[in-house]
Amino acid sequence: MTTFQPLDVVRRSASVTTSPAPNRDVEVAKLIDVSKCIGCKACQSACLEWNDLKEPVGVNVGVYDNPHDLTPNTWTLMRFTEWENPTSGNLEWLIRKDGCMHCEDPGCLKACPAPGAIVQYANGIVDFQKANCIGCGYCVKGCPFNIPRISQVDHKAYKCTLCSDRLALGQQPACAKACPTSAIMFGTKAEMVAQAEKNVSILKTRGFDKAGLYNPPGVGGTHVMYVLHHADQPQLYAGLANNPRISPIVEMWKGVSKYAGMAVMGLAALVGVAHYAIKGPNKVSDEDEAQAKRLAEGKS
Amino acid sequence: MTNSWTDIKNTDLVLIMGGNAAEAHPCGFKGIIEARNTRGAKLIVVDPRFTRSASVADYYAPIRQGTDIAFLLGVIKYCIENDKVQWEYTKNYTNASFIVGEGFTYSDGLFSGYDEAKRDYDRKGWSYEVGEDGFAKVDPTLQHPRCVWNLLKEHVKQYTPELVERICGTPKDKFLHVAKAISETSAVDKAMTSMYALGWTQHSKGSQNIRCMAILQLILGNMGLRGGGMNALRGHSNIQGLTDLGLMSNLIPGYLTLPVEADVDFATYMGKRAFKPQRPGQVSYWQNYGKFFVSFLKSMYGTAATKENNFAYDYLPKMDVGSYDVLRAFEMMHQGKMNGYICQGFNPLMSFPNKDKVRAALGKLKFLVVMDPLKTETARFWEDHGEYNPNNPVDVKTAVFELPTTTFAEDEGSLTNSSRWLQWHWAGATPPGEAKTDTWIMAQLHLRLKALYAKEGGAFPDAITNLHWPYKNAADPQPAEIAKEINGYVLEDVENPTEPGKKLLEKGKQVAGFGVLRDDGTTACGCWIYSGCYNEAGNNMARRDNKDPDNTGAYLTWAFSWPANRRILYNRASADLTGKPWDPKRKIIEWNGEKWSGYDVPDIAPTAKPDTIMPYIMTEEGVGRLWVRGLMKDGPFPVHYEPFESPVVNVIAPKIQGNPAARVFKGDMANFGTAKDYPYAAVTYRLTEHFHYWSKHVSVNAMLQPEFFVEISEALAKEKKIEAGSWVRVWSMRGSVKAKAVVTKRIKPMQCDGKTVHIVGIPIHWGFMGAAKKGHGANTLTPFVGDANIETPEYKAFLVNIEPTTPPAVA
Ligand code: SF4
Repeated sequence: MTTFQPLDVVRRSASVTTSPAPNRDVEVAKLIDVSKCIGCKACQSACLEWNDLKEPVGVNVGVYDNPHDLTPNTWTLMRFTEWENPTSGNLEWLIRKDGCMHCEDPGCLKACPAPGAIVQYANGIVDFQKANCIGCGYCVKGCPFNIPRISQVDHKAYKCTLCSDRLALGQQPACAKACPTSAIMFGTKAEMVAQAEKNVSILKTRGFDKAGLYNPPGVGGTHVMYVLHHADQPQLYAGLANNPRISPIVEMWKGVSKYAGMAVMGLAALVGVAHYAIKGPNKVSDEDEAQAKRLAEGKS
Repeated sequence: MTNSWTDIKNTDLVLIMGGNAAEAHPCGFKGIIEARNTRGAKLIVVDPRFTRSASVADYYAPIRQGTDIAFLLGVIKYCIENDKVQWEYTKNYTNASFIVGEGFTYSDGLFSGYDEAKRDYDRKGWSYEVGEDGFAKVDPTLQHPRCVWNLLKEHVKQYTPELVERICGTPKDKFLHVAKAISETSAVDKAMTSMYALGWTQHSKGSQNIRCMAILQLILGNMGLRGGGMNALRGHSNIQGLTDLGLMSNLIPGYLTLPVEADVDFATYMGKRAFKPQRPGQVSYWQNYGKFFVSFLKSMYGTAATKENNFAYDYLPKMDVGSYDVLRAFEMMHQGKMNGYICQGFNPLMSFPNKDKVRAALGKLKFLVVMDPLKTETARFWEDHGEYNPNNPVDVKTAVFELPTTTFAEDEGSLTNSSRWLQWHWAGATPPGEAKTDTWIMAQLHLRLKALYAKEGGAFPDAITNLHWPYKNAADPQPAEIAKEINGYVLEDVENPTEPGKKLLEKGKQVAGFGVLRDDGTTACGCWIYSGCYNEAGNNMARRDNKDPDNTGAYLTWAFSWPANRRILYNRASADLTGKPWDPKRKIIEWNGEKWSGYDVPDIAPTAKPDTIMPYIMTEEGVGRLWVRGLMKDGPFPVHYEPFESPVVNVIAPKIQGNPAARVFKGDMANFGTAKDYPYAAVTYRLTEHFHYWSKHVSVNAMLQPEFFVEISEALAKEKKIEAGSWVRVWSMRGSVKAKAVVTKRIKPMQCDGKTVHIVGIPIHWGFMGAAKKGHGANTLTPFVGDANIETPEYKAFLVNIEPTTPPAVA
């Protein structure tokens, strides 16, 4: 495996300057073919083991998902959905490995007010730099996939690193290595897109006409992609965003003048917090968008 | 497995029935995905629950637990009626043409020869008709009314798709879909692999479940082929090794059998093991039994085993009952007839049926020795853990000794996997604390017991004091030493009869394989089927060369596969009567006019002519058995019986509910519940997040599935007013547990014989030790009855009731 130059930073949160643009030929990607996943959670345990994370033993609340959501220690989580396919009449048990999508256009990074707390490497990985994190939680709001979690212990944000530390040593991510069925594959983005095409065509021959690759353009594509049997309905897979986009609030505040920025940011954050309190994170409703637009246009 | 994990990729159809490979064997599951992606293979899952395997299947059909035989006999009928039979294979390679003796009958669920009082058959009447030449009579035209083929046809006749639906609850259209897909693999260029596990074995007719599929695979011509076979997925990494090495009460290594009381001397014992070929010119490989047996005795008793004393035959224990299986052992313990127990690598309190009975039995022991790397529930059975394990330590008089052992990762040795591969492994870590290897502990016991018998004598000390103990350090036998002993070695020079003066075997050398073992005391071998694993070429189990010419999946230079490094059993049957592969694309071995050769070690003598010696050399018939004479206690063909606890009446024979030849202890018969009090059909099983009762000691696994739960359908939840995630009480005739409720679409009520049958799924993994939440063990509920042939308990089908309840009291 080539090394993926993980330390060449192309973007840095809340910073005017970035490093001189390095070569981006070696963008990486993880491809998760949900049709091959048997929900064994080997990936989930590998993540805990490699990153030395401790998740407390919880309780059963009537489902197979444990813990019940991503946490500061659980950076990847198997989500199980039972779906009765109205067309075939058959039950389908859709199992999706949830975690950071490593967006090409990362909402968390854009939302982050702390210089250098979130960076994007030349290989596409979006990584949190703990030392710079101020624990404000804007990344949570900025993320269209509801991924980062703030630790109540050290008040820092946590999420999947795409094993940037392993990549630096020429190793693939721990989850990909642990997966027994090759449902998780890892390589350059070009390789993974090509691989996805093959997997999709196999699915089509098996009667999944709507099979396809999930690499959403709304965030510039992602460095974690899914092959879905029902690519026309991503939301079936435990609410995977149909058409994720960075919230206009975030786009807006990144867009305005750096100096006036802080005030607007405060406002946006307020809206964000209120929204979070009322509706929970991550769902950008029409109302939300309209309000953001008004904000951006200075009408409030 | 007759085939191997690496062979699954060669299949066209994977049938997972009686198992849940994705859940319990996730690493092996990659072969299925590969077969699908590279050859367009299909995966069909037949299971009472929509499992993780079903989640990636091409087709799923539900079936009520304990009705697999009805389903499979229905498929056999479908294949016969639709001419989906590999005829040449069936006629030549099975006993379809053999004629069964007059007087055999079958009616209302019983074969001829049944003795109700004994719950047993006189099996003599199930033999073949013998001709004047002393061989079994055959009718190659399959016209004779009593030839096996016609008896089979008659036997399966009643299992129509309608009857299958009535018994199994599988909707007719789904059954027919599955039957059709299976039947298509009768084509010479198609193969189906049957992947099963404890979903078939853990029934009172478990052995017959498997036989039923074996019959089907034979008539489809799927045995011996790449991508075919009967593939038992073993549930522990070395459980294959356990049975191979004879850790059953009635076996000695290599599937030889321990003498019974009636085998008063060596001649009587051997006389019963003549294994005479049933057809002219056939090879019956078990005719070599004496060579394997004597070589085993030489490895047991060394120089004390002489020709004069019949190789110390009299030192072997003689069984007074059929077997001392776990159910009998705990029954005896419960009656106070067994008062010491050494429990090595087992957790019977959690693993055996009827936990309350097991706990009471352990409390009647004088001493209990537990050898385990973990703090097992069995070792703590005397502790009070509230409702999870109510006990009063003051009342328990059993002395318990806990001897901490190493885990596989702290020890060197070999493990035998499902593929029959003996794979050597090396210690990866230093054992913690006082942990010792099992061999070290056994050696200490051995030496001390031997010294006691030498000093104090006793009724019959010879059998102990004469045990051969050839290890360099008697107190610490090394894995390599034991492996070499198992492989076998030469005790005396043996001259080559064809080249006088030349040695055939040289004293002190390892034997090359079981082919050279002898019954004159010149060779010793601990386990004949493992012979070849550590010979003069070295430790073949340690081989790690993964070359695989033409990607057949054989991997002949990776580890060692018993027997004789053969990767696919019965591979001779992959070629036709002229020795050509049925399907050239699936070639394994081929006859070149002089000998057999190919990708695998031929399962036949290399020069055995293809049209004279038939492929199934381990049977006396030389062919595969659609019909068994006396080997199965409960019948020459499988029959549908209900589980001992069943929600419905046996529709094919209302008077015969459970397997009529299964052993039931007196007190346990009264401990079966009826559908009136216990209306729901329960099944126990494993989850992928856990490994039995071990992984709950690991915090990561404990987190992934933290708490004991049961699974029920939305319909039952509604009927019983049970909410997802709430507490329920589940109880059977044997006991009661509290668990969280998982309400799921993956379990659906079934319609069986006009009755709605609800299923309650009960995963097994929780207990009162370890990192996970304390939980009631699933086996608090299970019935104390086993398979008629091998006594594997009926964990997969019993009756319970269920109701909402309050959380358990904190223990
Ligand atoms: S390890 Fe692979 S198969 Fe198992 S849950 Fe993760 S993605 Fe699915």
